[in-house]
Amino acid sequence: MIAFGQFTEVLLGGLLAGFLYSLVALGFVLIFKASGVFNFAQGAMVLLAGLALVRSLDFLVAKGFPYWIAVVIALLFAAAIMALTAWVIERFVLGPLVNQDGLTLFMATIGATFIIEGAAQMAFGSDVYPLRLFPTDAIFMFENTFPGGILVNKLDLWGAAIAAVLVAGLAVFFQYTKTGRALRAVADDHAAAQSVGIPISWIWFVVWLVAGLVALVAATVWGTKLSVQFSITFLALKALPVLIIGGFTSVPGAVIGGLLIGAGEKIAEAYLGPYIGGGIEYWFAYVLALLVLLVRPQGMFGERIIERV
Amino acid sequence: MLYREVGQFKTTYAADMAMFPIRQDRVALWLVLLVAFVGIPMLSANQIWPFGSDYLLRAILMPFLILALAAIGVNILVGYCGQISLGSGAFMAIGAYSAYKFGTGVSFPLPFAGFDVSIPPLPMLFSILLGGLMAAFVGILFGIPSLRIKGLYLAVATLAAQFFFDWVFIRVKWFTNYTPSGSVNAPELNFFGFLVNSSIEKYLLCLIFVTVFAFIAKNLVRGNLGRQWRAIRDMDIAAELMGIRPLYAKLTAFAVSSFIVGVAGALWAFIYLGSWEPLAFSIDRSFQLLFMVIIGGLGSILGSFLGAAFILILPIMLDQVPHALGVPISVETVSHLVFIVTGSLICYLLIVEPHGFAQLWSTAKEKLRLWPYPY
Amino acid sequence: MRAPSGGEIASGEVLLAVENISLSFGGIKALSNVSFDIRKGEVRAIIGPNGAGKTSMLNVVNGFYHPDEGRITYRRQTRHRMKPYEAAASGIARTFQNVALFKGMSTLDNIMTGRTLKMRKGVLSQMIYWGASQKEEIEHREFVERIIDFLEIEHIRKAPVGKLPYGLQKRVELGRALAMEPELLLLDEPMAGMNLEEKLDMCRFILTVKDSFNTTIALIEHDMGVVMDLSDRVVVLDHGQKIADGTPAEVQGNKAVIDAYLGVAH
Repeated sequence: MIAFGQFTEVLLGGLLAGFLYSLVALGFVLIFKASGVFNFAQGAMVLLAGLALVRSLDFLVAKGFPYWIAVVIALLFAAAIMALTAWVIERFVLGPLVNQDGLTLFMATIGATFIIEGAAQMAFGSDVYPLRLFPTDAIFMFENTFPGGILVNKLDLWGAAIAAVLVAGLAVFFQYTKTGRALRAVADDHAAAQSVGIPISWIWFVVWLVAGLVALVAATVWGTKLSVQFSITFLALKALPVLIIGGFTSVPGAVIGGLLIGAGEKIAEAYLGPYIGGGIEYWFAYVLALLVLLVRPQGMFGERIIERV
Repeated sequence: MLYREVGQFKTTYAADMAMFPIRQDRVALWLVLLVAFVGIPMLSANQIWPFGSDYLLRAILMPFLILALAAIGVNILVGYCGQISLGSGAFMAIGAYSAYKFGTGVSFPLPFAGFDVSIPPLPMLFSILLGGLMAAFVGILFGIPSLRIKGLYLAVATLAAQFFFDWVFIRVKWFTNYTPSGSVNAPELNFFGFLVNSSIEKYLLCLIFVTVFAFIAKNLVRGNLGRQWRAIRDMDIAAELMGIRPLYAKLTAFAVSSFIVGVAGALWAFIYLGSWEPLAFSIDRSFQLLFMVIIGGLGSILGSFLGAAFILILPIMLDQVPHALGVPISVETVSHLVFIVTGSLICYLLIVEPHGFAQLWSTAKEKLRLWPYPY
Repeated sequence: MRAPSGGEIASGEVLLAVENISLSFGGIKALSNVSFDIRKGEVRAIIGPNGAGKTSMLNVVNGFYHPDEGRITYRRQTRHRMKPYEAAASGIARTFQNVALFKGMSTLDNIMTGRTLKMRKGVLSQMIYWGASQKEEIEHREFVERIIDFLEIEHIRKAPVGKLPYGLQKRVELGRALAMEPELLLLDEPMAGMNLEEKLDMCRFILTVKDSFNTTIALIEHDMGVVMDLSDRVVVLDHGQKIADGTPAEVQGNKAVIDAYLGVAH
């Protein structure tokens, strides 16, 4: 039973960490669904949101504001920054690139990544800033089922809950609102969507704003976990394999992909790590994604593409 | 009217298909080669400005040449064959560590066979070329998915290569000959008895490598294989219906590209760095190379040089110019500015001139051809 | 070489025969049970309303789609499941409904890709270029120049094809297919979107190809005038099924064909 308890602990830890990956992956899915753009800048947006949040929070607290008021103001400030970013990206980067092919847009978002990373650090500093929005202590669960129970971090539970709420909200947004339908039309074909009168620049602004807000949410959780620092941008890279497995267009897929990767890498680290040297987490997700691609080139949940000439 | 090709009639297809069909281009190329091979060494030998110290050679020209070589490799894959790669750093690392192993002697225990495979240290030139071959081999392996995977999905496959090999060279001590710190020193640069020591010798060595590979690359991209690569890039389905085998075209692109990148990696480690850690070939290096190619010009050998020059000179300019103007800015701010300027330039070029500096250059030549008349 | 006359074609040797071909995409039937043959030296038109399965049929012949059922016989041999490049190697060339040129390359390079299968020099020789590879390149350049002369596109030889007008792009595409020296040439709407003058030029090219290169041609075309003038025999598809097959005159009078094009009164 002890071995099984250990396994469950690793698995649960992995699944909860997976929810955190899903939080970042969600932002990608949103933008991809709405514009067909694979947004490499999502990780940089998490960094920007985190820095705006933590720096304004520290500033307000130092000025003597009560903590919770400071948190609310700081969140609003960070949201405003994300709105500004969304506008700038739409206006100056993506707007002029309407109707270009996916790879060009992808490379443009790599460019945007560097602009955001540079600007964010120049404006808000480039140190490590701790953020304390959620409790981070560990608790024991299932003490009746397993001897000694299972060690779980409260922060991971918060992350899972937030991810669940976001997914539900976004699913409703895409399926049932007029804007959501317009978003899907734009993703399918820019020119066709424009021709039926969908205001593409407004739609893109909205979607980048929503993605920015998702990045802000991700930043609150990740910032609490790792502190707000530059290495948070590598999350963007971790979200890539999540998307390969979950599919670029599926909101639930992003969650499932995140869970699979989170659980997979923790289990691999715990059970394979001792044999081939630690640090497997560093590459496990990518190699897993590569293997998935070899079997199903369109990703786990992607639709088969019928090519035409 | 400086750049006028009127009157340069070609009477044979050979002349029309020459590497540089226009006389002015040929003259310019010979001049550049003359300056690079004769002029700079002479200035340097006599310590004439700007070669008074070897700073320019060591800190600018050498990295420029090596990274331009790597950029040529990346350009073959990304610019000519249209297969995006975010893992070029890993292939540089493979070239560097393989060359290191071949240069210091390979010993591979085979416990089940009861003996060790050992190869004595190989001559430097062979080690470097074998490093390139190993990179080409791994490049082919990671290129195989490209037959089924396209676009962004392929980017993930190359990222897998990047992170996997980062990890391998940190964790598998065999590659670093079990040095405790994980950092390794290049063996002495002995080319068949000739020891390459001084900055000018190292510079010339890099120059020879770059010149040879640039010519090879140019020959490949204008020939049959290069046409196959470009056909796959522009319209893969039509290419296959023309009888181009995607397997052959893509894997040769991966092989040639990785070979050149691998050789560049070996040069970077042996000649520029001297001693190095796995971090020298991280994902940042991959992005740097990709940016050089985008900025310089996708699908242009000249562009690889322009891009490498720009990416290397930008941080120096951002550091020096404000100082010269009396506005001292911190090192950190410079690095952030480099990020912003590079990113903005990428976006700008993608919007305005997807073929980068190289295209701006040919547009300028087009204008010069008619100058001073507008039409 | 002289083109075979109508009588010779009627009894001529069959180059390609498709028998009982069926093809579906996830439940949607693109082709069901289609059979017809193409004889050496003829112009065989495939016509039908939009969505009839004409392009799918060419894709099957090309090896780009694999039929669910049926048999293809080419040069008297039953063909196994093959890749598009194998079909190309066996002498089948193709142009496309929506121009599929290599947009980043010049006219010359586009047509030179058609010579890929004929070029033998290895990678090492190409690296050095001077010598064997250069000789080979020049040989093929000469061949390609003859095609360029024939199609009257000398002036755009070095122009990037992406910037050419549509009519010229179609012509370059024909040149690229001709560079393969095909035995069977599949033309998918070679005259779509052209004005009358361009159409006349294209007809002239197609007839010359047939007559002087002795190439067998399968042609999809919507312009009935062109079809009636150019083709020796016509097969008509509708909703993935063959509804008529015969000489232009026979097909023109066929009731099923008239119904398919004009609709049936219910």
